[in-house]
Amino acid sequence: MSASDNMIPAPAVRSRPLIVRHLPYFIGAAVLVTLAAGMRFDGYILNILLQATTFSIAVFGLSVVLGLCGQINLAQAAFFGFGAYVVGLGTADLHLNFWLCLVGACAITLVAGAFLGMSTLRLGGHYLAMVTISFQQIVTLVMINAIGITHGPDGVANIRRPELFQNSQSYLAFCVAMLAIVGYLVWHLPDTKLGRAMRAVRDNELAAGVNGIDVFRTKIYAFGICALLGGLAGGLFAGGFAYVSPDQFSFAESIVFLTMSLLGGVASPIGSVIGTGLLILIPEWLRFLKSVPGLYLAIYGLFVILIIRFMPDGIWGFVADAFTRWRAHTKAPPAAAALQLKPATTGGDIVLEVTGLSKHFGGLKAVDGVDIAVKRGGVHALIGPNGSGKTTTLNVLSGLYKATSGRIVLDGTDITTMAPHQRTAAGLGRTFQNIRLFRSMTALENVEIGAERRGNTMVGKGDDALTERAMEALTFVGLGSRANELISSFSYGHQRLIEIARALASNPTLLLLDEPAAGLNSTEKLELHELLKRIAAQGLTILIIDHDMTLVSEAAQHITVLNFGRRIADGESMAVLRHPDVVSAYLGSE
Amino acid sequence: MDLVLQLLFTGIGIGAVYALVALGFVLIFRATNVVNFAQGEFSMVAAYLMVVFSVDLGWPYWLSFLLALAGMALFGVIFNLGVYYPLRNRTYLPVIIATIGASILLSNSVLAIYGPQPQVLQGWFDTPGIQLGPVYLDSQYLLIIAVTILLVLFNFWFFEKTLLGKKLQATSQDKEMASLLGISVSTMIMITFIYSAVLGGLAGILVAPVLFVSIQMGSTIALKAFAATIIGGFGDVAGAIVGGLALGVIETFGAAYISVPYKDGFAFLVLIAFLVFRPQGIFGERVAEKA
Repeated sequence: MSASDNMIPAPAVRSRPLIVRHLPYFIGAAVLVTLAAGMRFDGYILNILLQATTFSIAVFGLSVVLGLCGQINLAQAAFFGFGAYVVGLGTADLHLNFWLCLVGACAITLVAGAFLGMSTLRLGGHYLAMVTISFQQIVTLVMINAIGITHGPDGVANIRRPELFQNSQSYLAFCVAMLAIVGYLVWHLPDTKLGRAMRAVRDNELAAGVNGIDVFRTKIYAFGICALLGGLAGGLFAGGFAYVSPDQFSFAESIVFLTMSLLGGVASPIGSVIGTGLLILIPEWLRFLKSVPGLYLAIYGLFVILIIRFMPDGIWGFVADAFTRWRAHTKAPPAAAALQLKPATTGGDIVLEVTGLSKHFGGLKAVDGVDIAVKRGGVHALIGPNGSGKTTTLNVLSGLYKATSGRIVLDGTDITTMAPHQRTAAGLGRTFQNIRLFRSMTALENVEIGAERRGNTMVGKGDDALTERAMEALTFVGLGSRANELISSFSYGHQRLIEIARALASNPTLLLLDEPAAGLNSTEKLELHELLKRIAAQGLTILIIDHDMTLVSEAAQHITVLNFGRRIADGESMAVLRHPDVVSAYLGSE
Repeated sequence: MDLVLQLLFTGIGIGAVYALVALGFVLIFRATNVVNFAQGEFSMVAAYLMVVFSVDLGWPYWLSFLLALAGMALFGVIFNLGVYYPLRNRTYLPVIIATIGASILLSNSVLAIYGPQPQVLQGWFDTPGIQLGPVYLDSQYLLIIAVTILLVLFNFWFFEKTLLGKKLQATSQDKEMASLLGISVSTMIMITFIYSAVLGGLAGILVAPVLFVSIQMGSTIALKAFAATIIGGFGDVAGAIVGGLALGVIETFGAAYISVPYKDGFAFLVLIAFLVFRPQGIFGERVAEKA
């Protein structure tokens, strides 16, 4: 095999290599660039095309942050302006090289975006919306008032272009080429590791965290990329129009970007281009709208409300959705090998050692000094009546709650203070009592996210190895043939199996199952029991929480019983179930 | 020292306006778990209604005032039905975006009708103010402070002592349970929007003689009011009021001692500082999303 096969993962499941499948895109892009360079446009058309091209790149940024990652950014015009001013001031006042300024614009906006994100992305989306608006206002204030640097309301004139593209037409062709390249990257992003992480964060932050995704960092990446694309677009814009002024980068412009993104379809770069093109052309066609100040922005505002209500996925989203549904039913998933589970064995005989674990909510001691020792290779059950602290214990184990006191050691590693995704990397897999899957993805994509766990030794390099591993896990739970269907088309019981497959694909050292039998009918419960046996047979240790006594007594060799947050019994299954305290906790005492 | 007292008075006066709008924010947030980004436009619309009735039509001030508030109540109904209600079962993101759309729609519609020139609205009193020792007390600021105090007392009485207030509280805390107890959740949310629109409107009418009536007044006030809610502690009624007053004072002193053009920037800097160092605000409401 040649060297290129190492860079682009060899596709075992897909019939043709990536580069061949995407060839039409590049041919189309090349045609567009040639057209932009070769056709004779008058100045007016040229300006509109240049505006549409650069705005589209800025809107790509929103498609990443809002469409892929589900975070809002109401300061895209500020980042756009940032980029424009860096290139403007750099080339006009400091006489620096255009390329240097463009790279500088990208770097500065990336840092600004990442920094802004770090200050708020841990908090809810409302904060982000407000903080980005605030940032936008500050940037505008500085542009207008820091006259010594920015020339204030007069703006920056005489912005230069690179030597190579002095001619407007050639500069347009260059911008179209940039649009094509950035568009390709953004289009491809959802299928990369980072892109999947972003989608997982958007769909369900909690589940993303316990499946090994660093939620905070993923959001910062998305925000940084968005800001960077804004900066790049702004830099190109400044070079194209040779003059920039603060009013071009106001909050209203951020709203225009948002409207473009929503109208075309926020989830795809194609939507970005459609939305941007339409919203640049429509006001040109309906010029009378611009004669009354405020009127066309008022219409944009109305558009936003109507799109959100009636067409939440935008124009392209509507088209693409129909296409995906059609494809999901036609494309048969490839067959897969048997799933191999090789849990790590770095620690001793005890996989999970919990000592003196407490979790207090104010005065309520939900979990109070609990000790659990889970032996390697067995099924260990944690049971107790309602309100006994089982699920709280599980949430503390997986890192969703911080322990008030106590120590958790997983396979020799102290994980007490780790974030959820770090625990996953350390070898913890879990499922949820109320299923938390990524609902906009297919079953296969959900499981791929699990397989992507850092430190998963059972997955080779590249996307295809990932797909293979995910297929094996889905086949293991009996759903391999439906891998390409969206989550919403699966029954409740099957969704639970997909959640288990997602955890298994990560090849965990310990699998935590939170009431896996809840809501299942008797046939499904039998299937679940069989599945647990097959998992245990491969040597994977399971810690299961459930109410179903039949399942627990048959599947588990070892049981820990909680009541009122304390451990009341612990030991070999049959002995524990006959323990008088356990009987009275469940059935009451006389 | 005289200047300090004078600035303190002005700061509290302007802060009281932020506090009123912040209160409107908090009430809607508690009822719907959504931040209404058009809250500031409520104030702007009310101020323009005042201009229509009192300046354009020349009706008496008190009548215009009552009509403007009645108009705001109606506006609250329309806003709820047009913007929030259709999206009530979606996540917060679409709702935020829709309220932002509404904010743009409102401010630019008014721009299209009235043009960019700010309008002038008379104050309530003919006397411009009184001199109290070294401090000049502007009559409109005195009115703003007095109304804010009254409203805070009213708010306390309404939510703690009346059945309707308790129903509203129950709805904001647990919608499903409230509806199982026979409380109509959609009616409660409607009432919240009406109350919040009137509150925002009141703030707009009160501040209009001080700030001029302009299309930007809404977004400026709203951003500061939101900053106030974060400084005070998000979702906390007392926090909104304390945060609003604090912000008014900080901003007035900042403008006097540091820089006038960047006056509007101080609020945002304080906001970002709070988000980084004390995101739960002064009153320490928990901000993380529930697990």
